[in-house]
Amino acid sequence: MGSNDRKYCPRRYQIISLAILPPAKMRSFNRAVRVLVQMLWAHLLFGWAFGSELTFELPDNAKQCFYEDIIIGTKCTLEFQVVTGGHYDVDCRLEDADGTVLYKEMKKQYDSFTFTAAKNGTYKFCFSNEFSTFTHKTVYFDFQVGEDPPLFPNENRVTALTQMESACVSIHEALKSVIDYQTHFRLREAQGRSRAEDLNTRVAFWSIGEAFILLVVSISQVVLLRSFFSDRKTTTTRVGS
Amino acid sequence: MVAVKMQSCLLSVLLLNVYYTFVSSLYFHIGETEKKCFIEEIPDETMIIGNYRTQLYDKQKEEYLPATQGLGMFVEVKDPDEKLILSRQYGSEGRFTFTSHTPGEHQICLHSNSSKFALFSGGMLRVHLDIQVGEHTNNYAEIAAKDKLTELQLRVRQLVEQVDQIQKEQNYQRYREERFRQTSESTNQRVLWWSIVQTLILVAIGFWQMRHLKSFFEAKKLV
Repeated sequence: MGSNDRKYCPRRYQIISLAILPPAKMRSFNRAVRVLVQMLWAHLLFGWAFGSELTFELPDNAKQCFYEDIIIGTKCTLEFQVVTGGHYDVDCRLEDADGTVLYKEMKKQYDSFTFTAAKNGTYKFCFSNEFSTFTHKTVYFDFQVGEDPPLFPNENRVTALTQMESACVSIHEALKSVIDYQTHFRLREAQGRSRAEDLNTRVAFWSIGEAFILLVVSISQVVLLRSFFSDRKTTTTRVGS
Repeated sequence: MVAVKMQSCLLSVLLLNVYYTFVSSLYFHIGETEKKCFIEEIPDETMIIGNYRTQLYDKQKEEYLPATQGLGMFVEVKDPDEKLILSRQYGSEGRFTFTSHTPGEHQICLHSNSSKFALFSGGMLRVHLDIQVGEHTNNYAEIAAKDKLTELQLRVRQLVEQVDQIQKEQNYQRYREERFRQTSESTNQRVLWWSIVQTLILVAIGFWQMRHLKSFFEAKKLV
């Protein structure tokens, strides 16, 4: 924990401490700062974890990356789903702070990946549509980092939760999962709906186009046939005279 | 004495730095003229709060520093009917709020207003973004303070807000399903009409062709 921490204690504070304090007090001061930083990171881990869910459009031959700073030991979940476009598939790749690939899937329609952060640092996940030549995709992703922040930020519980409160907590969790299911249902339904609307417009255009082609082809057939017989008539008359 | 003062000063700087980093943690890079759009499919009467923070790459220090004063972001929000409901320019750090009045896909677009190309100097702008929808927009600490709620009351209030959101979403789902059904019915109708009309056209064309050619050949004395 100590060596990791040294890497993570911001450099500028070490520099300040070196510049201002005499070397005798510097060691104890550095230790105090280190402990403070550890405490703060722990507080952050407990109190400030959150998640982001976004839907964005990924043009063809494009790649979109998102980054997030994660603390060691946090349980994170990445879920994604392709909402519209082509065969509804996308490449996804998740890398940790050192570039090690934690998750890599090609042409996936939806997936969910849970991991525990083994290192401090910036984690990166990318969605790629580079395999597609002309279809652009709409991708939804939900990246949950840690637990949701508690309702009372300065929660210093001396007693356990009462029965009412724990009932409220379990209802809250159940409702959260209901909302989650609703989101997934909405995305699936959006997929179906966009396909149906596409089909509707395509049928309209195609029927008009095909009626037009039919008329054009049949009239030109008759005209062509007439032209064959007209030529022979002129040659016969020329020969005759 | 000096050590204590330094420690407290350092503590405040650390806290500020920590709070600053944690306002919105998910980030992405955006080019100078690039426009990044996000889609939020929401029911009506739903509030959305978006927070963003920008950082510019400093080549000398080789790290991302908070962007300069002149650099701002243009935020545009379009409703499902492609009407602009919010179009404003914010500074390098901003917070935008809007409430939907029609259910559907709202589009939130961000692009930088940089006209001085030297600012970017070919680099990328780092944008931290956080979008809160519906129940998550409520600041429970504020609500508790304003209405003087006990802990249990606040929890129940949160549950009420959540159930509200679920109800709105269910309503929206019913509206969507109706639209889906209408689209399917319309496709069904169109296919039916198309097949009938096409058959009629085909038969009519066939008759006309035969009659026309017959009269043509009779005129040419070939038949």
